[in-house]
Amino acid sequence: MRLTVSHRTHYTYDAPVPYGLQQIRLRPKSRPGQIVEDWAIDVVGGQVEVTFEDEHANTVDLVSFAPNQTEIQITCRGTVDVENMAGVVGHQSGYVPMWLFQRSTALTKTGPLVQSLIDDVTRSDNALETLHGLSDQILNRVPYSTAQSSSELSAEDVLREGRGVCQDHAHVFITVARALGFPARYVSGYLMMDDRAEQDASHAWAEANLPGLGWVGFDISNGISPDGRYVRVATGLDYRGAAPISGMRYGNAVEDMTVSLQVQQQ
Amino acid sequence: MCTFGPMAKLPDFFDEMYGRGTEPRAPYEAYAKWFGGENNARLLEKSAEAEALFRLIGVTFNVYGDPDASERLIPFDLVPRIIAAQEWAKVARGIEQRVRALNAFLHDIYHRQEIVRAGRLPAEMLALNDAFLPEMIGMSPPGGIYTHIVGTDLVRTDDNEFYVLEDNARTPSGVSYMLENRETMLHMFPELFSKIRVQPVSQYPRSLRRSLSGCVPDACSGRPTLAVLTPGIHNSAYYEHAFLADQMSAELVEGHDLRVVDGRVAMRTTQGYHPIDVLYRRVDDDFLDPLTFNPDSMLGVPGIMDVYRAGGITIANAPGTGIADDKAIYSYMPDIVEFYTGEKAILNNVPTHRCSEPDALKYVLDNLAELVVKEVHGSGGYGMLVGPAASKKEISDFRKKLESNPDNYIAQPTLALSTVPILTEAGLAPRHVDLRPFVLVSPQGIEVTPGGLTRVALSEGSLVVNSSQGGGTKDTWVLEE
Amino acid sequence: MLGKTAGGLFWMFRYLERAENTARMIDAGLRISLTRSSAAESEWTSILSSTGLRAAYHATHGTIDGPQIINFLLRDPANPGSILAGIETARENARLVRTALTREVWEAVNECYMVLKTTLAHPIDDRDLPRVLQIIRQRSAYVRGASHGTMVRNDMYNFARIGTFFERADNTARILDQKYYILLPSVRFVGSPSDNVQWETILRATSSTRAYQTLHEGENDPRAIARFLLLDRRLPRSLAFCYGKISENLGYLEHEYGTRHICHELVSNICEKFKADDMNAIFEYGLHEFIGDFLRDSASLGRQIEIDYRFSE
Repeated sequence: MRLTVSHRTHYTYDAPVPYGLQQIRLRPKSRPGQIVEDWAIDVVGGQVEVTFEDEHANTVDLVSFAPNQTEIQITCRGTVDVENMAGVVGHQSGYVPMWLFQRSTALTKTGPLVQSLIDDVTRSDNALETLHGLSDQILNRVPYSTAQSSSELSAEDVLREGRGVCQDHAHVFITVARALGFPARYVSGYLMMDDRAEQDASHAWAEANLPGLGWVGFDISNGISPDGRYVRVATGLDYRGAAPISGMRYGNAVEDMTVSLQVQQQ
Repeated sequence: MCTFGPMAKLPDFFDEMYGRGTEPRAPYEAYAKWFGGENNARLLEKSAEAEALFRLIGVTFNVYGDPDASERLIPFDLVPRIIAAQEWAKVARGIEQRVRALNAFLHDIYHRQEIVRAGRLPAEMLALNDAFLPEMIGMSPPGGIYTHIVGTDLVRTDDNEFYVLEDNARTPSGVSYMLENRETMLHMFPELFSKIRVQPVSQYPRSLRRSLSGCVPDACSGRPTLAVLTPGIHNSAYYEHAFLADQMSAELVEGHDLRVVDGRVAMRTTQGYHPIDVLYRRVDDDFLDPLTFNPDSMLGVPGIMDVYRAGGITIANAPGTGIADDKAIYSYMPDIVEFYTGEKAILNNVPTHRCSEPDALKYVLDNLAELVVKEVHGSGGYGMLVGPAASKKEISDFRKKLESNPDNYIAQPTLALSTVPILTEAGLAPRHVDLRPFVLVSPQGIEVTPGGLTRVALSEGSLVVNSSQGGGTKDTWVLEE
Repeated sequence: MLGKTAGGLFWMFRYLERAENTARMIDAGLRISLTRSSAAESEWTSILSSTGLRAAYHATHGTIDGPQIINFLLRDPANPGSILAGIETARENARLVRTALTREVWEAVNECYMVLKTTLAHPIDDRDLPRVLQIIRQRSAYVRGASHGTMVRNDMYNFARIGTFFERADNTARILDQKYYILLPSVRFVGSPSDNVQWETILRATSSTRAYQTLHEGENDPRAIARFLLLDRRLPRSLAFCYGKISENLGYLEHEYGTRHICHELVSNICEKFKADDMNAIFEYGLHEFIGDFLRDSASLGRQIEIDYRFSE
């Protein structure tokens, strides 16, 4: 399936920002099942300082704000051919040791609610079955809703709130999968929703490493494994490691962000 | 105890001046003869003179957690620690071997982790270690060097017995004391140096500059720009930071002098931003980059890790090298040396009990009064128990700490640290010492400065030499062949 | 050179100069209180104003009292503008720019600090005050001497010099700002004791009594005193002299860096006002106004130098 993506993130500030930096993880890579035909990032109100590969082999752009800006806009445009691999991504390559994917992070810490979910998981000899079961259970406990209290909730917080978005689902999944002994990671990317071109936001899901299969994706929010409509962009131990845009800035300006995203089949 | 004759000594310990007898050992012969002709009162005056000089130069340090004691002097004892050339040659070879192994180890653990695959190091040693930085995975630093500067702490227990206590691979400090101690001795006792041939140490800053310049990043063009990154004038080692920057003609910068400009880390000069090629940082990993590590750090440079990964700057030592001076990893050093060099380690490792292992913990708890127990990630002599010197209450308090968090501790037998005499009102008196030689690593080779910093526990019988715990320093002489 | 280093040098030398100036003012105040006790209170008040510490003094102390003011200016921990605090700040700046200093300059500053910290550890007895003031002047002269004798004449030296003369001119201008009215041609009570006291204070506080008398053959004339302190280029504390030096050092920087900044325009505007060397014109314009303008212009120049040479972010 050939998908075209146009993704614009526009930040505005209520006062000039004397200095700021953003790390952008918005460059999908060609890999089995995903060929990036063309891809470009355009920054208005700042400049790309360096581009590098992080430890998860994500291509990262470091962007600096032009001095005293009140807005900055990052636009990605490109075309990606995606094949339906039924969520199977393949074996781990690169240098990251498997144990790293079992480390808990601030957003994937176990608390009493996570623990009770771990206790409730129906474990089968078939790892795929166990994890699909887990995925269903999470969506059951945490119905999809954009009305959460914060944009960075830990797995425990998500279960306490009892509702969440794809990011929250992924965090709960990762946390429990790790507790069950599966290396797991967070994936940020794009999903073409069948019924519309205009998407609300970029998407997130999880991957777990299963014996024999390697990495397998689970889109908890949609109850499926990623197919030909998913563009895989960046991975990390949690949202913070794979976030499309994260950064810091000096001064006290209040930030406002709008996102416009179209994913379409060509 | 009389002033000029052989002194009374603690019988169980090897004394570097008198061995286990009453006659000076060979390396000390000339010095003992000179000392015999000196007057104790005059030497004590010299000692006061040296202190005034140190204060004037500003060779001072701040004590952590003690706001009133700002700017203390580390006491300087003017009896040198003397090492024969052939004794030193073996030590230097051993250090070189160890440092080579450490660099290979660091490269390995941030790449394929062959040592883990080979079953020579349990993965948990890395997985459960905060000093392992995932951000360094797959990163090959410019020149392939991780630890540009190492301070290998040694103790001596007998004529030919040297043990490595720890490998300081983060940001070892103390080299300015080594250099100032020598300057002071040259200033006060020029006649000694004409009688006794001592290998010089003054080349260190030049060697440091050359060594760092040998590891420039791809982005460097022309003569490399070097800078020393300091946490600022209130840091305990600020004097050293300024000293080294001055001596190697590098800029002394703080985080707020730097920012990412045109893909490089650049310093704010009177004429605009100027890129830095090699940054000798004296700021800990966690504070180095608020964008990647501790977001609250005011000491670092936002984005420096990104520039580093992109090949825009050399950071010395590389981030994530702290894992190599972790005390739990230390216990594997003989294996590490063998794995990467194919040779047996030349220098001894102190047998180390890892309290994370139940059998070891039991042994340690049963033998607390004989052991030295240290925090795995601690440094500076804080939070440790010296069993033989501790009171019953100290031991029982420590037992509780140990039982509640055994993973955090390792234990070692109490070593019979050698002594070297210090000058007291009553003449010479033996005190325990250790030694921190300084090692520079570059693609051109490994350079061990002859001697290093001798730290001395000033109170009688004490085994704790750390300056933060009342230790002093001595000039260290390695004799010419 | 780092912008921070330039700023550190500028401020280090400003603080040293300021400490020395404060010592001169204490000396002037002491002399008056010993010789003209009736005038003492108003003189101490004007000294507090000249140092910019009048409000700080009144925040912690009730009455104008000579010994109390002396203690306040010398060493009172409640006074961030005391001589001791100033020397401490100068030394902090010296530590900050340690790599830009020669060993001699660093040691002179460090020793100055160590000596004063000991000397000023306790309140100073009247009997010891002259000796203590002497130590302050001497120690600060050592630093100046070490700088003069050992520092390379490059941008670092220029920033050090700019700091020194900037502070010195500021100090002279503040003293005049407090006393301008007794130098006005319209007010002439020649020979009256009050006038002589005031003139004497001005000259003492700027350490120029002897210089004035030598150059003016002992004739005390308020007009000549005003001219001397404002325009006489032979006096190293006159505004014209100090600004000549500032302009010269900024000129070296312009030449060395090949860049002319806004501060160069500002300094040349200020120097322009001294060029005519015409005291009548100044009196005509208004002495008070002239000094007021000067203080404002010099404050802008200080800010501009900081921006142009990137002392901070």
